[in-house]
Amino acid sequence: MAQTAFAPWDDPDERPLIEFRGVSKRFGDFTAIDDLTLNIFEREFFALLGPSGCGKTTMMRMLAGFESVTEGHIWLGGQDIIDIPPNKRPVNMMFQNYALFPHLSIWENIAFGLKREGRPKDEIAARVDEMLRLTRLGRFAKRKPHQISGGQRQRVALARSLAKAPKLLLLDEPLGALDRKLREETQFELMDIQEKTGTTFVIVTHDQEEAMTVASRIAVMDEGRLVQVATPDVIYEAPASVYVADFIGDVNIVEGRATPEGAGLRIDWAEGQAPIAARSDSAFARGQSCHFAIRPEKVTIDTERPDRPNAFRGKVIDIAYLGNISTYHVELAGGQMIKAQMVNARRLANRQITWDDEVWVGFTETAGVVLEG
Amino acid sequence: MRRVVLIAVPYLWLLALFLVPFVIVLKISLSDIALARPPYLPQLDLSAGWQGVREFLSGLDLENFVFLTTDDLYWKAYLSSLRIALVSTLLTLLVGYPIAYGMARAAREWRPTLLMLVILPFWTSFLIRVYAWMGILSTEGVLNNVLLFLGVIDEPLQIMNTNTAVYIGIVYTYLPFMILPIYAALEKMDDSLLEAAEDLGCSRLQAFWLVTWPLSRNGIVAGCFLVFIPTIGEFVIPSLLGGSDTLMIGKVLWEEFFSNRDWPVASAVAVVLLAILIVPIILFQRNEQKAREAEG
Repeated sequence: MAQTAFAPWDDPDERPLIEFRGVSKRFGDFTAIDDLTLNIFEREFFALLGPSGCGKTTMMRMLAGFESVTEGHIWLGGQDIIDIPPNKRPVNMMFQNYALFPHLSIWENIAFGLKREGRPKDEIAARVDEMLRLTRLGRFAKRKPHQISGGQRQRVALARSLAKAPKLLLLDEPLGALDRKLREETQFELMDIQEKTGTTFVIVTHDQEEAMTVASRIAVMDEGRLVQVATPDVIYEAPASVYVADFIGDVNIVEGRATPEGAGLRIDWAEGQAPIAARSDSAFARGQSCHFAIRPEKVTIDTERPDRPNAFRGKVIDIAYLGNISTYHVELAGGQMIKAQMVNARRLANRQITWDDEVWVGFTETAGVVLEG
Repeated sequence: MRRVVLIAVPYLWLLALFLVPFVIVLKISLSDIALARPPYLPQLDLSAGWQGVREFLSGLDLENFVFLTTDDLYWKAYLSSLRIALVSTLLTLLVGYPIAYGMARAAREWRPTLLMLVILPFWTSFLIRVYAWMGILSTEGVLNNVLLFLGVIDEPLQIMNTNTAVYIGIVYTYLPFMILPIYAALEKMDDSLLEAAEDLGCSRLQAFWLVTWPLSRNGIVAGCFLVFIPTIGEFVIPSLLGGSDTLMIGKVLWEEFFSNRDWPVASAVAVVLLAILIVPIILFQRNEQKAREAEG
């Protein structure tokens, strides 16, 4: 059975759960958020991605109600929430340091929000037990936060913020404190829980891999503005700007001048070098300066000239061996460095390319993207 | 060997400066008053050998402790001391907590200055500070003059030489002992806990009672004991600021010792006072240990 793709952002009839309308936030002279407009839909797993200081945390804190809005409006489920205090919003937050109450047991931590709603005791107990099951914490219910591990604390924080069944769950760098292996496991666990509960998640992270793994859509931010909002594959394959291309994953960027030629473009990038043949959806004027961005895994490396539209000679300067893959840093004639990635299907001993080898790098016309400016 | 020496140092210290003096006080409390120098009997006469030790021991009795129970001055003084200590501790907490809270919430760069201001009074003699309060509280004092000038009162208030003055003096003197442990507890608290509480549906006030207050509990308990324990035996403040109706065991002890020159009864009073104080001191130590374990 084919599943219909989850893409409410493409459906013009779909009403967004959250709407930022012309939202700005200024701290004195400093503009943290600059006239930002954004829609987030129900059941989405939405990632705010950017370097520290880009305004992603401020945006999340405005959703939670800890930060006021200088200009503009935020709508949540058809209600303007900018004047609603944090304790009255149907929004819960999972804090970066988890912010578990050290004087309360795990059980009491999870029950904390439910008790404030004044629900009957047995109902609270049933809900807490359900949350403990969901996060596999049943055995630790009676312990205090300082008596469990970091990964378990992370799950308690998640259970506590989900207990009230919020319309929207905010996650502030939720996996930042975990080691790599646990982080990867937990990413899938998060997605699983998000799917089970059907809650809308907004996650703040500076880890692009994490955003790519968990999110249905990613908003890349820079200096208080949205640079691109799209699905992970679009962000990766068709970045809207050099900034996005550079921020997400590894990329080769070649500066040059575009010339339309037939169905594609010709990019002159260095004296005495053959131009790069590329394709682009956007139109370029003759001689317009551009950046050609191509991912290392889309560049092949061979000892002989490959039969590809683009092939350039170079010398291997450096090899980064990562076990499953190797990245070759190849210097082309004229000094341009190109990274090419290859899967290490063979064992290391049989590797035929090594330092200082003369090699050919190659890629197809559609492998890269041409960006303005 | 080095370890033994290291551990021996504090024990020798306690032995020489606490246990030996206490044994002397205990011995005097079991003796009888006498017109002699020192003013009590029996004296240990080691030159008489074994016979002397036996005579010395047979001369000791619990007479003075029995005497404390026959005169209701003593138990009234103990009770009154406990009451004054309890009330002053609560008052100090009421005044001290908001100050500690304000300090912990103040901007980070202000905190060392505020901390300094709390400790600053210790740089002046305690006695002079209490005398200063006499100048403020007396009938012709600063406070009455200001209130009269402002027209708040028509006649000077009689504060000096009442229990009120004693409370003011104790709260003022012991305030830093309350503020510092509470401040230490509050300052360690992570602000995001309050945000988490609000996020989960608490109002600001609820967040205070459900998060801030319990997390500062160790500091509160420590502060209360640090005020309560020395206040019970307080002598200077009640004798300088209090009146004839201010009954505190420290004052009684002083009078027994210096006015009546009845060293044995004075010592008995001191021994009983120590026995009373042991309970809160043990509780205080236990609280400190629990706090350390929770942090550990």
